[in-house]
Amino acid sequence: MKSPFIVSSSVGRKFVMSISGAFLVLFVTFHAVMNGVALISAEAYNWVCAVLGANWYAIAATLVLAGGVLVHVGYGVWLTMQNRKARGSVRYAVTENSPGVSWSSKNMLVLGLVVLLGLVVHLTHFWAQMQLVELMGGHENALGLDPADGASLIAFVFSKWYNVLIYLVWFGAMWFHLTHGIWSMFQSSGLNNQKWLPRLKCVGNVWATLAIGLFALVVVVFFIKSLL
Amino acid sequence: MENKLMNLTLKVWRQKNAKEKGGFETYPVEGISPDTSFLEMIDILNNKLIHEGKEPVAFDHDCREGICGMCSLYINGHAHGPDSEITTCQLHMRKFRDGDTITIEPWRSAAFPVVRDLVVERQAFDKILQAGGFVNVNTGGVPDANAIPIPKEDADESMDAAACIGCGACVATCKNGSAMLFVAARVSSLAKLPQGKVEAARRAKAMVAKMDELGFGNCTNTGACQAECPKGISVSHIARLHREFLSAKFKD
Ligand code: FES
Repeated sequence: MKSPFIVSSSVGRKFVMSISGAFLVLFVTFHAVMNGVALISAEAYNWVCAVLGANWYAIAATLVLAGGVLVHVGYGVWLTMQNRKARGSVRYAVTENSPGVSWSSKNMLVLGLVVLLGLVVHLTHFWAQMQLVELMGGHENALGLDPADGASLIAFVFSKWYNVLIYLVWFGAMWFHLTHGIWSMFQSSGLNNQKWLPRLKCVGNVWATLAIGLFALVVVVFFIKSLL
Repeated sequence: MENKLMNLTLKVWRQKNAKEKGGFETYPVEGISPDTSFLEMIDILNNKLIHEGKEPVAFDHDCREGICGMCSLYINGHAHGPDSEITTCQLHMRKFRDGDTITIEPWRSAAFPVVRDLVVERQAFDKILQAGGFVNVNTGGVPDANAIPIPKEDADESMDAAACIGCGACVATCKNGSAMLFVAARVSSLAKLPQGKVEAARRAKAMVAKMDELGFGNCTNTGACQAECPKGISVSHIARLHREFLSAKFKD
């Protein structure tokens, strides 16, 4: 049997990166807005947390999301391996940057792996204390909190300076990854032209900055609150 | 006008044939005028080597006026050297300073194996073209040029893509060894014209399949190809290639 073009063709594989990336960008945007709620009202935030607890639709969404991450990371690693092979065994002795080539675009795998590493830390901090506890039938997490009491959990995690530091580095990597990723997802699915090329790059930068800025703001605000 | 002759040190990749391992050799060249072209400078070096009874440096070139796409060379970390939107044959020594060391390497990509010294095999591009980079025309009378009206913008964009000379700088520059810009330029220039529309779907699929088969890498949108392309071909053509390819596949 012939393998489908999303596996066998370079354009098809690029399309998979684009679609899975777009899906993750939407999730990240949603997550940033959700976090923003915590700045306004702890009760509203906990309501969101309760909705996203161990309900069938939240579990289904989590599974789909995990699938998206797996596809994006799996393809990313696979494509990079193919690309290294295509580059050949002998490397250039002298290389210089070409004008207009962003640093992020050349380091997407490394940035992506940093993002993934941060994700693991993040999941142990939050998901493991929230949805997972509910899934296991528990009514209290390791901190003695109600698993849906996200507001208290945020306040606890970001009262530690080292967590703040880890998250800010993580956000930095994510910002770089997104600045190349967002316009790329349009380019790779063919939704780009000469006129829109600079516009989409600008949209990507603004989008990444707003989303990541909101994440960082929540972390910093809760850290400052813990000092007061 | 300053026209001081320059003394330079060249670090040139030498390799006997495709099988043997290559390495850098260092050669001093003296009394080079800033008005010398880069390839003339190598001619001067080769002349000297021949007089000394040594093997001259093999390199590709033909028209020496930036239209045939035969010249190559990775000079000081840039395909076609440090200038923008020119080929190596259009590069002049005034871009360098007296006393400079210039490193000259062949294109490096698995799909472009080194044949000898600075010469690489670029037949892969011909094979991609043979897979679909053309329009089929039935024999018969020559149609009147004005019988097929083409909007000016379409004709312009098609011409911009058709400016590709197939030199391979895109592949040489791309950290992924991807030929996406080359294939995109060829597909895009025909896709923009009514004559090319008839076979558009088949063409996009066949050329992409051939490109993949020949071992070129996957494009990750770094844009290094357009930065180093001697004809300044834009990566927006790559987006069109994707449109052509994906719509053809979804229709299947
Ligand atoms: S020799 Fe023809 S383009 Fe350079």
